[in-house]
Amino acid sequence: MLKLEKLTKTYPTGDQALRAVDMVVPNGQVLALIGPSGAGKSTLIRCINRLVAPTSGKVILNDLDITALGSGGLRRARRTMGMIFQEYALVERLTVMENVLSGRLGYVGFWRSLTRRYPQSDIDEAFRLLDRVGLLDMADKRADELSGGQRQRVGIARALIQNPELLLVDEPTASLDPKTSRQIMRLICELCRERGLAAVINIHDVALAQMFVQRVVGLKSGEIQFDGAPGEMSEEVLTRIYGEEDWKATIAKAEDEVVA
Amino acid sequence: MGAIMPVSTNTAGKKVWQLRNRNETLTRWFCFLVLVATFMWCWKYISDATTWFFVWDAPNIAADIGSRAFPPRWSYMDKLWGPIWDTLNIATIGTVLALIIAVPVAFLAARNTTPSTLFIRPIALLIIVSTRSINSLIWALLLVAIIGPGTFAGLIAIAIRSIGFCAKLLYEAIEEIDHKQVEAITATGASRMQIMIYAIAPQILPAFAGISVFRWDINIRESTVLGLVGAGGIGLQLQSSLNTLAWPQVTLILTVILVAVVIGEWVSAKVRGAII
Repeated sequence: MLKLEKLTKTYPTGDQALRAVDMVVPNGQVLALIGPSGAGKSTLIRCINRLVAPTSGKVILNDLDITALGSGGLRRARRTMGMIFQEYALVERLTVMENVLSGRLGYVGFWRSLTRRYPQSDIDEAFRLLDRVGLLDMADKRADELSGGQRQRVGIARALIQNPELLLVDEPTASLDPKTSRQIMRLICELCRERGLAAVINIHDVALAQMFVQRVVGLKSGEIQFDGAPGEMSEEVLTRIYGEEDWKATIAKAEDEVVA
Repeated sequence: MGAIMPVSTNTAGKKVWQLRNRNETLTRWFCFLVLVATFMWCWKYISDATTWFFVWDAPNIAADIGSRAFPPRWSYMDKLWGPIWDTLNIATIGTVLALIIAVPVAFLAARNTTPSTLFIRPIALLIIVSTRSINSLIWALLLVAIIGPGTFAGLIAIAIRSIGFCAKLLYEAIEEIDHKQVEAITATGASRMQIMIYAIAPQILPAFAGISVFRWDINIRESTVLGLVGAGGIGLQLQSSLNTLAWPQVTLILTVILVAVVIGEWVSAKVRGAII
């Protein structure tokens, strides 16, 4: 279970990205975080694994206070949180296999990682995951040879090989076409279900979020404006999060797809 | 206000856009005039300080030396194989030594990898500036005085001069890497060293290869003159031939240097092409 207590982030420039956010994500729950650009979604996700250091407040993952950890403890805690990025963030000049195995870096020593001598169990798992995301025959390709959707699949495999308890997903579909976006979202949500993983997914596409997740949290200017089931989203809610606009099409379309 | 902005309104009420307003245009013309005037003044100064008789006579002297320099004395080649081999070794080993020191210095100097911007980064930058600002010939002069004449002094001179050059280009490459890849590797729980080898090293490898062969290429040229101050290599033969006015030998040495430099450039172009 992930618990955020009064999580606050103020950047040195004075921008208040998060204002005392309280949130609980139970095990196995897939949650979508929506909100306008600059609402603090990316900051929130990065405060959880401390890629961004929170100014105050607590992040508690399964009774472990992540905000209180030293550097060694933080590295061990990061192993339990897989992260998937916008624009994939693969190491472009390494092979697909090296990228997937880099998810195990927290578990292997320096020399083994330098010489790429990973334990056979890690390699087996890497092949299993590549097979699961449909890239088994791409293992030897360099990451920059793949298409956007394929790269994001490698990103997913890299996060999952960590054997995480929580997935942090930052705009996974922002640079993908609509069909690939759906496939990637479906894949992430299926994998979460298979492994009983909790996930926090930042996403711009409200309709896409409604299609796949169990819970939606709306963030605006660093504060939670909405927290509920996808079905509870209304034009009024979207106006509260994003501001005045004709939201009829966005909601209606989403509902059709949920029914279908 | 309206008249001095790039966007202004003319008498017909239309909006007019110019790249620069009138004041800026005038300033630029004035600066250009000052530049031309300075150039003319310098030209006159140099012209006054030149003994033009020697200049008019120069073609004759050049023709005279030229006629005495040909044909090259090919038999002298026997004595050049050793020095040219030394020269290549000075350049190659000097570059390798420089890289061994330049890589850690670059990581300490790059803003995104330095352990401390306040203390360690300035030291690294100082190493870069101080080694870079002194020409290898001057380093060689110093080192010949310190460790005595010979190939070793030349090798160290080349190495020292190259540290700053390589470290500077490399740390600039490190500062330009894509931070997202670093973030992604950090998020897996990797240690600082692991982040370096997984997220940073692959990104700077092409730059590293390019810098290495480029510096090696420069060092081949630089090491050919080190002998002038007694620091080993083919420059020593060049100097003694010049001193004894043995022009056919000078021609041969210059030809050998030319060939070595051309081969060096060819190799470095091939290596760069293969890696990038």
